[in-house]
Amino acid sequence: MIELRDVHKSFGDLRVLRGVNLTVETGSSMVIIGGSGTGKSVILKCILGLLRPDAGSILLDGTDMATGDRDAFLARFGMLFQGGALFDSLPVWQNVAFRLLRGTLKRPKPEAREIAIEKLRRVGLEPEVADKFPAELSGGMQKRVGLARAIAAAPEIIFFDEPTTGLDPIMAGVINELIREIVVEMGATAITITHDMTSVRAISDHVAMLHDGQIKWTGPVAEMDASGDPYLDQFIHGRATGPIEAVR
Amino acid sequence: MSAVLDLVLGFLAHIGRATLAGLAGIGRVAIFAAGTVSHLARPPFYWREFGHALMQIGWLSLPVVGMTALFTGGALALQIYAGGARFNAETVVPSIVAIGLTRELGPVLGGLMVAARVASSIAAEIGTMKVTEQIDALITLSTNPMKYLTLPRVLAATLAVPVLVGVGDVIGIMGGFLVGVGRLDFGPATYLHNTIDFLEPWDIISGLIKGAVFGFIVALMGCYHGMTSRGGAQGVGRATKTAVVAASVLILASNYILTEVFFSA
Repeated sequence: MIELRDVHKSFGDLRVLRGVNLTVETGSSMVIIGGSGTGKSVILKCILGLLRPDAGSILLDGTDMATGDRDAFLARFGMLFQGGALFDSLPVWQNVAFRLLRGTLKRPKPEAREIAIEKLRRVGLEPEVADKFPAELSGGMQKRVGLARAIAAAPEIIFFDEPTTGLDPIMAGVINELIREIVVEMGATAITITHDMTSVRAISDHVAMLHDGQIKWTGPVAEMDASGDPYLDQFIHGRATGPIEAVR
Repeated sequence: MSAVLDLVLGFLAHIGRATLAGLAGIGRVAIFAAGTVSHLARPPFYWREFGHALMQIGWLSLPVVGMTALFTGGALALQIYAGGARFNAETVVPSIVAIGLTRELGPVLGGLMVAARVASSIAAEIGTMKVTEQIDALITLSTNPMKYLTLPRVLAATLAVPVLVGVGDVIGIMGGFLVGVGRLDFGPATYLHNTIDFLEPWDIISGLIKGAVFGFIVALMGCYHGMTSRGGAQGVGRATKTAVVAASVLILASNYILTEVFFSA
């Protein structure tokens, strides 16, 4: 279980997170929604330790993430980045098997390659893709490779940062389905951040609405449409008028 | 009167702010350098990345360093001959070319050429990785970017640049030899004899030490400015430019300090 307790984060004068409280149960899929620039990615980066919160605590299974063995902690995570964040200098299979080629999870090269090809197949890519470089792939294929890399070491927790941004609706649907299937199949805890409502309905068990640096509403996805929360209603229906200012 | 006082105070405050910012920058670079060096003693060491960096920084810089040394050696021979003629001291050409190249021009020009070629390339590569979240991805994949990206490049440059300087010295002396024999009517044996006789081991060793320091500076500046770049393509461009400028200025400044240390009476 991941818990965020009164997490604050500012960049200079800009207060991005203003006391975020959020609980993600083990094995569930939480989607955090909210407008651009509301701090969704900052939450993920704080959990991963890429950013240090100014105040508050983040707990993983009751243990404060600021303490303890960071490598062991990161070994439990996988992440799909918004732009894929594939390493340009490495062929696709080495991107996917990156974690399996070094560090504590190191495997022999042929075995790592085999696992990489299996994961590529899992995300719908042919083995021929393995020896290409990221620059030779389309945006959708790069996202799939990023997904394969995120699941390569069978993590317990997977983060998806805007998984469908920049993709056509069909490819976005394919990625959404893949994410849902993989999360269910692996029994992983997932946190996805997006502002794509199709993704929200396809991926999530629970939804949290972030606005003004705070979680305005959280609950099961089935209750989202009847929440009665004015912020959530405006967001999911894409209305220009409401408590959320259209110009930020 | 108070307007003048405000102006003076404002000016002093501006200087104070700039000084503090400069000191903070020096502090950040020093911490970055110390962090990089400290990883030498802490496994793992990424040999593959080190080998790749050695090839990129050392081997692939050889043509540009070699050409620079060749033409500099030739031009130096012409200049010293022309200058020496005023004092009837044309015979010093071989020894001055050799000493000038090994002590000063070889390491400095080699360092500057490597700065232009390597600091820019490292800053652009790491800066692009930074703005496309590849550095974040490395961290989430349990890989320390300082170990994976910075240490191999800094170590490779520190080891490769002295070798480049050594090779550049030989090529530069060869350039002087070609001009001396071909244009200035020196006998080949006399030229080589004068070169070898007047050259001392410390002339060469001091240049190689300078090369190691310059290599460290070049890679460190490339990595530091790449790692701290932000703001998309414009930020990467700014990081690249700053890395080359900072590396070049630091090479010239440290060259003076090293020369004082090595050769002051």
